[in-house]
Amino acid sequence: MSTTSLTAGPRWARLPRRHVPVLVTLALLLVMYGVGVSQYRAFSNVQVIFNVFIDNGFLLVVAVGMTFVILTGGIDLSVGSVVAMTAMVSAWLLQSGLPAPLVLVIALLIGPTLGFLMGCAIHFFEIQPFIVTLAGMFFARGMCTFISGASIPITDGFWTTMSQYRIGDPRGNFVSVSVLIAFAVVLVAAYVLAYTRLGRNVYAIGGNPQSALLMGLPLGRTRIAVYTISGLCSAIGGILLSFYTLSGAPLIAIGMELDVIAAVVIGGTVLTGGAGYIFGTVLGVLVLGVIQTLITFDGSLNSWWTKIVIGGLLFAFILFQRLIGIRYK
Amino acid sequence: MNERFKTALSHRLFWPVAVLVVMLAANTIYRPGFLAVEVNNGHLYGTPIDILRLSAPLILVALGMTLVISTGGIDLSVGSICAISGAIACLHISQAADQNNPVTVFTALAMALGAALALGAWNGVLVSVIGIQPIIATLILMVAGRGLAQLVTEGQIITINSGPYRAIGLGHFLTLPLAIFIALGAALLVAALTRRTALGMIIESVGGNREASRLAGIRSGRMVFLVYVVSAVCAAIAGFMMTANVSSADGNNAGLWVELDAILAVVIGGTSLAGGRFYLSGTILGALIIQTLTTTVYAMNISPQTALLFKAVVVIAVCLIQAPAFRARLARRRRGNPPPSAPTPQRQKEEVTA
Repeated sequence: MSTTSLTAGPRWARLPRRHVPVLVTLALLLVMYGVGVSQYRAFSNVQVIFNVFIDNGFLLVVAVGMTFVILTGGIDLSVGSVVAMTAMVSAWLLQSGLPAPLVLVIALLIGPTLGFLMGCAIHFFEIQPFIVTLAGMFFARGMCTFISGASIPITDGFWTTMSQYRIGDPRGNFVSVSVLIAFAVVLVAAYVLAYTRLGRNVYAIGGNPQSALLMGLPLGRTRIAVYTISGLCSAIGGILLSFYTLSGAPLIAIGMELDVIAAVVIGGTVLTGGAGYIFGTVLGVLVLGVIQTLITFDGSLNSWWTKIVIGGLLFAFILFQRLIGIRYK
Repeated sequence: MNERFKTALSHRLFWPVAVLVVMLAANTIYRPGFLAVEVNNGHLYGTPIDILRLSAPLILVALGMTLVISTGGIDLSVGSICAISGAIACLHISQAADQNNPVTVFTALAMALGAALALGAWNGVLVSVIGIQPIIATLILMVAGRGLAQLVTEGQIITINSGPYRAIGLGHFLTLPLAIFIALGAALLVAALTRRTALGMIIESVGGNREASRLAGIRSGRMVFLVYVVSAVCAAIAGFMMTANVSSADGNNAGLWVELDAILAVVIGGTSLAGGRFYLSGTILGALIIQTLTTTVYAMNISPQTALLFKAVVVIAVCLIQAPAFRARLARRRRGNPPPSAPTPQRQKEEVTA
């Protein structure tokens, strides 16, 4: 976990206030894992953790993109639909016989293009991100059913290989290729946020757009960039999802934007922007994943408890951030 | 003549009305029988009546949403509240021995309304007392509410066979569907309470500047609390209609995405998401536009999901027309002189986004 050193590691001893939310999430995650291990014998198996990553790899990638947007104080509601559209388009193009590399390129271009357009609308016409990305969500979801009303299976060799290839140790524990891709995205994003000019601009704009503008930071360029990044992450997420399900379905990933926003908030990113870490988002996604695993292990609880628990956690974390006094309007 | 046209063009309801008229005209050209209304069995039937009936729940939800948005907030939880209230009412009715007993139905409605009041109060406390951003505060209930609705229905679709309850969605009164009267009644009530008393102005002033309103002697916190409760009650009544329409409660799908449609209706109606102003008539028009669009798309044999494409186009078009920056750009191009700098204070963006 080299992301730890990027965010919380070196300043661990001083424990600045802005690290507290991430540490609390970490503590929560450990407690939940501990509960799982103490309750269910099979929970301590390493593969359980790997499975959390395998099942939530695409969510992680999308959440990373969302972190960028939320750090600037915006929001992107279109991610779930863009994920579905990317998976749908790749399935459709593969079905019509295009070669896999070309399909990958096309699928990876759709998300950023849509994100770029939404960013432009938000910046140049000063329409609220909420409304613009809502329109983007409608558009992408409509495109899905426009392509096909039914689910399209993927039989392409490259896709099935990526889906079934297992990277693991001799004892049988394994991760899928998607997990490695997700980790790569996380590392790149953490580097960009912490060590590049773009990352600094993102934090500055989220902190106070007016001061950032007065300081001469490129407000428009950064704002458009974050929506493009979010679009790219959604596109990668869509590809990972199509690896995972080996199909494109028009109604997949409905409501995913809520899970993603919940993961980002639980990970300690403040929704008014300016504070938060990629590492926190990783933890947030893991918390959601472990909740699902716990509920699956329990067996007697029904799936809707997941939503109630996530809602409860959201509430607890927002309340907590307010209590420790992080700027939260 | 030109002057009069300009006045009409600048009226805030001009564009919504124009869009609605264009849509109705296009429909009539596509299908000449579109506007036909016939009397059958003492009831009026026809596509326009259908549009009115089906838009009733959306009008209700959008009414509450208008008030919330005018205080500078937003309520994402209305869809979940629709599902919960519908589920509670249907659960109570389905457990009764005689489902047609009016007392049972009234008890069910009262229970569901009580639950909605509690949920609205929860939202209101989060926003006004604890001071959480509205979009997040209501997001909590939006996520958890779906789970709660499924908890009530135990993951099943509860079907009921209750005449009085069915009437809420499908009944008739004075040849017109009852749902229209319920929506109209709610709209008139809200309009009377806000526009015939100082309440509307107070809500607008809280939306304009909460702190300044408080210093001017308005109980801002209480106003904010109130609008979320009203929104929840409106959503609950809409939830009754939705479930009554199909005589069943589905925790997963009842009221799905109604919050987005409602926000859309409010925005189309000219109410700014920044708060400080609200137009009930615009909201009702917006809801009618959305329902007409949906009906149009159905009538053209396009799948409901693809209808979202058209919705996206309408949202963007309406938002662009209403965006000050876009108007300024357009005006500059038309007149060829620099516009007055668009007055969009930073405060708006900070409060409303995210």
